[in-house]
Amino acid sequence: MALDKTRLLEAYRVMKTIREFEERLHVEIATGAIPGFTHLYSGQEAVAAGVCMHLSDDDYIVSTHRGHGHCIAKGCDVIGMMKEIYGRADGLCKGKGGSMHIADFDKGMLGANAIVGGGPPIATGAAIATKLDGNGKVSASFGGDGSSNQGTVFEAMNLAVVLKLPTLFVYEDNGYGEHTGTSYAVGSDDIAGRCEGFGMTAKKVDGGDFFAVYEAAGELFDQLRAGDGPAALECTITRFYGHYEGDPQRYRAKDEVANFRESKDCLKNFRQRVTGEGLLDDSDLDAIDAEVAELIDRAVEEAKAAPAAPISELETDVYISY
Amino acid sequence: MPVKSMRDALNETLHAEMARDEKIIILGEDVAGGAGGTGVEEAAGGIFGVSAGLYTKFGKERVIDTPISESAIIGAAAGAALAGYRPIAELMFADFIGVSMDQLYNQIAKFRYMFGGKTRCPVVVRMPTGAGMNMGAQHSQTIYPIVTSVPGLKVVIPSNPADAKGLMTTALRDDDPVVFFEHKALYPRKGEVPDGEYMIPFGEAALVREGEDATVVAIARMVTFAEKALDGLEANGITCDLIDPRTTSPLDLDTILESLEGTGRLVIVDESPPRCSIASDIAGMVASEGFDLLKAPIQMVTAPHTPVPFAKDLERAYVPSPDDISAAIRKVVAY
Repeated sequence: MALDKTRLLEAYRVMKTIREFEERLHVEIATGAIPGFTHLYSGQEAVAAGVCMHLSDDDYIVSTHRGHGHCIAKGCDVIGMMKEIYGRADGLCKGKGGSMHIADFDKGMLGANAIVGGGPPIATGAAIATKLDGNGKVSASFGGDGSSNQGTVFEAMNLAVVLKLPTLFVYEDNGYGEHTGTSYAVGSDDIAGRCEGFGMTAKKVDGGDFFAVYEAAGELFDQLRAGDGPAALECTITRFYGHYEGDPQRYRAKDEVANFRESKDCLKNFRQRVTGEGLLDDSDLDAIDAEVAELIDRAVEEAKAAPAAPISELETDVYISY
Repeated sequence: MPVKSMRDALNETLHAEMARDEKIIILGEDVAGGAGGTGVEEAAGGIFGVSAGLYTKFGKERVIDTPISESAIIGAAAGAALAGYRPIAELMFADFIGVSMDQLYNQIAKFRYMFGGKTRCPVVVRMPTGAGMNMGAQHSQTIYPIVTSVPGLKVVIPSNPADAKGLMTTALRDDDPVVFFEHKALYPRKGEVPDGEYMIPFGEAALVREGEDATVVAIARMVTFAEKALDGLEANGITCDLIDPRTTSPLDLDTILESLEGTGRLVIVDESPPRCSIASDIAGMVASEGFDLLKAPIQMVTAPHTPVPFAKDLERAYVPSPDDISAAIRKVVAY
């Protein structure tokens, strides 16, 4: 599944955009400018990019509380996302959703979800729709290691197998479900194995390696599109920040993140490989870095300047209020 | 009396009761935290710190970190209760009750009655609730009206540290299932807390403030907002009884009716949406039982019938404000 130069640049741009978006949020959140509860995706970019590069706007994804990366990889407008996170009137969900509830239906992004395990049943339903439509489109749900322990997720996987639905269950095992380690909370410590137990194909890859994710996801989507039923992809990865911004992370060794940033940084790995193999030049990637930095600057600037969600919106978007 | 936050009052009560009764166990997500990590043990002590120190003091057999599996948390608490234990089940956020509703609604709530009184199910389900932290539609709800509507469940909603201690102690010694809501915005609220054993019976409202012109009934954080409203009105010569029911099931309707004998005017304040709410429930009971006492239409001050919005101004507008409460009181007084 060779990627040409254009696609490689696209992959890098997606991952870099996610990284810059999240790193900038980390800085802005510390100033107190952003309300609420934010969960950053830094470190996991290769998963969102490697999966979503196989999808068009007509394919569906469902995301999680740690959803910014999935949104960006699925093509959501970065400035609209930033405005949403700032609670602005022209945010992607008018400031009513916030960081944990970004959706963009024009892009097939059916919503981030703040209930762990809330998403997979929804992606399963979207796959019923694409199957009925017979249009060859697929759906994918993203979930963490934590979601793999929810009954809702088990039910969705079984239903998808029973109905032979074109949906991919993506599990990002980033080592921790909130403040508790995967090795404690996932009984078998083998999410892919569990998925196989439901009767679907499952693969396990290094989520820090874009190429590994891209290749495995591609094979599984081929299976879905051929009508051979659902599949699962477990990606072992880490998050560079806490469960939420402000998390003291006492459950982690002090040098754990620094070590991961050194050894498991998907962006560094990608750059090393593509330049080492002569596929891209550093200058190609540096140019993207500069463009992305400019985009994120602009997103923050516009989000800060945008009008707050007005009170007149409080009782809209419900069919009736009292 | 020593002054403590509601968080500390709850934490100390859990410590005291677990020391007193070895049948009390606690289970939930990150009630200790740190299992399977590379850092310290007991890395969390509950996401809001309410269970801090329990793991270190009572050990992993009684302080059980669970996977993210709300249905199993509530169901396992039910089973342990049927087999002789007194479990505390913690939901990290009250909103997550949706995932576990069957185990609470169809199982725990029904055992005693459905099995002909042959068993009791002494589970305390704790859950942080409420808006005010811009946590969005799935982390900010006050879902106690739903739970209050279920026969078999006792429902506790404290508004201050002393009540939190007294009601939690009662909950942990009760033989029936108790759902205990802790408002997130009240965790830091400080107040005097009695030392030693302190129990508050369920179904006994607190008369927080006495007055003549109206009766204000408020729950949880809304008690603090009602006090602010009354501070302003008292300067203008309007005084009110302020009643905090503290438990919505059982509900102390008598205290409300007795107050209305003096005031004849009722304002009910709740952070939940208005339909099928605690406010509408109390209004209905008062209309039925105390119609002759009323000199003005009952006023409900509630959130609108919408999900909880994220943006700061929107969330602020969603939650009833002291000004909203003042306006309602002025309205019934002027009627």
